[in-house]
Amino acid sequence: MMKANSLIAGCAAALMTVMAGSALAEATKPDMVKIDDNKVKSSLTGIKGNAADGKKWFANRKLGNCLACHSNKDMTSKPFHGEIGPPIDGVADRHSEQELRAILVDSKTVLGKETIMPGFYKIKTGARPAKKFKGKTILSGQQVEDIIAYLLTLKE
Amino acid sequence: MKGSFKLGLLVTIAAGSTIMMGVANSQDSLPAGVTSIKVATPYKGSPLDEIISGWHFRASETQSLQQDDFDNPGYLWVDKGESLWNTVDGEAGKSCASCHNEAAKSMKGVGAEMPKWDAKLKRPLTMEQRINSCRTNNMKAKAWKWEADQMLSMTAFVRNQSRGMPVNVQVDGPMKAWAEKGKEVYYTRVGQLDMSCANCHEANYGKHIRADHLSQGQSNGFPTYRLKWQKLGSLHRRFKGCMKNIRAVPYKRGSDEFVAMEIYLAHRGKGLQVETPAVRN
Ligand code: HEC
Ligand code: HEC
Ligand code: HEC
Repeated sequence: MMKANSLIAGCAAALMTVMAGSALAEATKPDMVKIDDNKVKSSLTGIKGNAADGKKWFANRKLGNCLACHSNKDMTSKPFHGEIGPPIDGVADRHSEQELRAILVDSKTVLGKETIMPGFYKIKTGARPAKKFKGKTILSGQQVEDIIAYLLTLKE
Repeated sequence: MKGSFKLGLLVTIAAGSTIMMGVANSQDSLPAGVTSIKVATPYKGSPLDEIISGWHFRASETQSLQQDDFDNPGYLWVDKGESLWNTVDGEAGKSCASCHNEAAKSMKGVGAEMPKWDAKLKRPLTMEQRINSCRTNNMKAKAWKWEADQMLSMTAFVRNQSRGMPVNVQVDGPMKAWAEKGKEVYYTRVGQLDMSCANCHEANYGKHIRADHLSQGQSNGFPTYRLKWQKLGSLHRRFKGCMKNIRAVPYKRGSDEFVAMEIYLAHRGKGLQVETPAVRN
């Protein structure tokens, strides 16, 4: 009896691993992500975001570079916080996970088409994209999830 | 001459150092050779409430380099341009001076109105293109490359003859279609970051984007000496830099798109005084 139970548990764990693995292999393609009512319901990858990584992507000039436009009290040790967008402090009090995902995936759909903020998980970009970046999103699906996990820690 | 003048100036500064410091830090301080860095009442239809020179947005250390021609590293290029002006080159055996004589007279105001319509070629020419047209047609000399040291020196020298004069480029008649094309290029979102020039230089000037204090992206100081470049650079080089930063394929220097944008940008800065050679970080 005992034996059978642990066998089932083992199988379930193995199955979970496979599912997570296949989700990694197939993050939802950028043009398949649905924004409904300013929300993206489910994770882009099926893998929980890592807030510590998300914090790195937030500051990294080649990735999110969010700090270029949003000041952040959680990063006072880093110089040069931008002033283009609102301070990011307490963003988790203002937006749900699903709303944050929509803002990051395609800012223009949520914030309005005039916004300067780029869409980070979007194939359609401006005209004449540089060769190196053509057909690529600014962030990977997992990086978006990591940043969301980080933003959700910013409460006031 | 210059040496002793500089010495004299230093003595004056030393003598009145407290006063001078006060001036340098006050809002009334100005770049050398101009009487204003703002147009408070822009032309009708301007997208900007006030037109402001890029000088205003720079840190005081950078500003101070442009307050005195002896400190301005761009002035070496103006001096180089002056000697090229008098140098014979090409099969016709002429220098610029052979036909245009004294630049201080013949070129005064020309740089404030560039790009200008060329009736023979039926297109506008930038200062670079105008100079190369004189070199190839009038001097039978080889054209200079856009970003060659000689070209930068000569454009700086010729435009410096208009320093302090208000920018006023033609945008009607045959120039109208070009200005409109330039406007379109200016407002088109480009690159993976999906931004237009206006997203930064119209909607957000005066704010910091990371470490950079955004200006209106005006052209009245070009060619400018950039500390980052450690040399003088053309306006089209700056256009390319901004386009690359937003991960777009830039147009080429001298391309019709950049010439059109130069015309439109000059118009956006209508009334700003020419500051060539400006100093930027
Ligand atoms: C080029 C500037 C720019 C960059 C880069 C940028 N943003 Fe924004 N962001 C804005 C602006 C501006 C707004 C405000 C909406 C508007 O006016 O368009 C905004 C709004 C937001 C909002 C909604 C804010 C609120 O409090 O309601 C969030 C969340 C956000 N940004 C997150 C991010 C994250 C995360 C990144 C990096 C992955 C990022 N932004 C990168 C300019 C930027
Ligand atoms: C053989 C005579 C000749 C020489 C040499 C010559 N130019 Fe010219 N340049 C002209 C003439 C004539 C014009 C009038 C416009 C035209 O060509 O139709 C002109 C026009 C110009 C203009 C435009 C003036 C305006 O009012 O818009 C500039 C700038 C200029 N020349 C610069 C130069 C420079 C710099 C050199 C030397 C590298 C030079 N030129 C050499 C004959 C000459
Ligand atoms: C992401 C923001 C951004 C965008 C978009 C952008 N620029 Fe810039 N640009 C800058 C920064 C930062 C500087 C340096 C500081 C300043 O003068 O604003 C600059 C400087 C300039 C300057 C030099 C100004 C001076 O006083 O010397 C010009 C001209 C210019 N930009 C033109 C353009 C044009 C034309 C476009 C569109 C193709 C463009 N920029 C797009 C950020 C931007």
